Amino acid sequence: MTRRTIFCWTAAAALGAAPLFAQTAPPAAPVPAPAAGQAVPQDQTPPPLEVSVTGGISAPLPIAIPAMPTNAAVATPAGSTDALGRQLADVMTADLKNSGLFNPLGPDRLKPVAYGEVTAPQFDYWGGTGAQALVQGFVRANGDGTLTVGCYLYDVAARSELVRQGFVVTPADWRRAAHKCADTIYARLTGEGPYFDSRVAYVSETGSKGRRIKRLAIMDQDGANHRFLTNGQSIVLTPRFAPNQQSIVYMSFIGDKPAVYVYDVGSGRQRLVVNNVGTTFAPRFSPDGRWILFSMATGGNTDIYRVSSAGGTPQRLTNAPGIDTGGSYSPDGSRIVFESDRSGGQQLYVMDADGSNQRRISFGGGRYATPVWSPRGDLIAFTRVSGNFRIGIMSPNGSGEKLLTDDWQDEGPSWSPNGRVLMFFRASQGSSGKADLWSVDLTGVNLRRIPTPLDGSDPGWGPLRP
Amino acid sequence: MAKLTTKLMFTAALLAVAGCASKPKDIATLGPSTEAPPQTSSGTGSTVTDTVVPGSAADFRRSVASDTIHFALDMYDIDPEARAILDTQAAWLLKYPNARATIEGHCDERGTREYNLALGDRRATAAKNYLAAKGVDPSRLMTISYGKERPIALGSDEASWAQNRRAVTIVLS
Repeated sequence: MTRRTIFCWTAAAALGAAPLFAQTAPPAAPVPAPAAGQAVPQDQTPPPLEVSVTGGISAPLPIAIPAMPTNAAVATPAGSTDALGRQLADVMTADLKNSGLFNPLGPDRLKPVAYGEVTAPQFDYWGGTGAQALVQGFVRANGDGTLTVGCYLYDVAARSELVRQGFVVTPADWRRAAHKCADTIYARLTGEGPYFDSRVAYVSETGSKGRRIKRLAIMDQDGANHRFLTNGQSIVLTPRFAPNQQSIVYMSFIGDKPAVYVYDVGSGRQRLVVNNVGTTFAPRFSPDGRWILFSMATGGNTDIYRVSSAGGTPQRLTNAPGIDTGGSYSPDGSRIVFESDRSGGQQLYVMDADGSNQRRISFGGGRYATPVWSPRGDLIAFTRVSGNFRIGIMSPNGSGEKLLTDDWQDEGPSWSPNGRVLMFFRASQGSSGKADLWSVDLTGVNLRRIPTPLDGSDPGWGPLRP
Repeated sequence: MAKLTTKLMFTAALLAVAGCASKPKDIATLGPSTEAPPQTSSGTGSTVTDTVVPGSAADFRRSVASDTIHFALDMYDIDPEARAILDTQAAWLLKYPNARATIEGHCDERGTREYNLALGDRRATAAKNYLAAKGVDPSRLMTISYGKERPIALGSDEASWAQNRRAVTIVLS
């Protein structure tokens, strides 16, 4: 198996050879000189360009993303480099637009940029388009079959470069270079962590409501590179990536024995996590990948266990006479949030990772289920059931509850790697009962449907790819 | 990062699951046994009973009051109507001590996925425990929960939901 890596440069660093930008890139943009005899007045310096992400989103930031020129049009397995330059800009445009925080002017609406202009933008022109930020970049075929993609972010009003980043990828991974560039821009302008270069595991659904055919699938977070992992002969549920992304833990009804399996993404092989026990389900990896949390139903009682991800004897974490299920680790691995009906109806509880100090955190009306701890640690998302199902968030101590959606059945939230966006599935009422994947910003805005080849449920958003 | 080949992985996945398709649950209904050709005119008109093998899954289904009991929302107790049904199931199972059965537990769609898997297990176990209390050796009874994955009624209304909250006893061949 070929190991794929994305090499990334800052302006100063390089791996091995002399810095790429110094060698072959066009020279850095000159700072425009003030008019003769006049200093630039300090109070007319444009304010720093940034996107406000707190509270409501006032207006998406206009950002221009022209196609990325190439120094020479070269054929690659992913197409010609000049065609790729347009496609890279398209992927970035979609990422930034779908975040809800940007209003991109994409390559379809902009004039082409000459290669030499990439580091010397025509700011007067870009200011005239209404763009406040500008992304320029280049794509180049290297002699060894790889591609180099460089991207530069500019503040149009200040006429200054904000950040630059370069990536070396195999042609098959060209989309990842676009996601990495978009992440660089997004992080620089919002102050949030990146999330575009990530994948989602989920259950692809088709067929009648009474006999649904469910298949494990994975795709890039923008829907590209979609692949089915199982063939639909057995019901499969709740897939979740391992932190190292090399495997996916999920539940399958293979052989009429519902149990948790680990699926190796590279080899396509799967193994049973725990053998000779009752029904196991609701699995999740710990943030360090060392443990698999799962629920086991025996004799009408369901509790939460953990087992070493290398296999072995499970360790019981909860021992209440109710249904305890759906455990999710805090990002530092020290605590676990789970749901339990020990008080009479489903509520959220937090415990230490060894099962001690179990305490209830949800006290609102209705029932609370499917809790997931944000990768940032600051919030827990959940499904609230009170008639309909709604996605909500609360602080880990249970305060600040906020409901983000309001439809018939929105269920099973999963966090983006930066803890900013929640993906979930929405089922429709009635005899079709079709489910689709949707996402929403944690402020409740930018609710949108995630396109999938068939219907979908149980999204498990994977980590940021290294 | 491992290189992925779509075709290779899909083939591997097929190999992993191809041998594990669900067995047909009621083999006995596929046709009469080969050593007993159907008698189409026995003079009494009871041709059906002549082709159902005693102690079979088909025999179970036509002998008991029902193979299915129902539950109230979020509940797993066996109410009087369910008890009456399970009593007939117990009687049959005691009559045919070699028969084994799987009890499926099901839920309606108004619960979340993992909780419903657990609730289905509660329901299947409740039925199993009742039959065991009636003298059926529990080692003959397996349970499986389908949560909300296999509704029998597809509507989003009280009548459909009530039908879906069920435990189904399926005799194995």
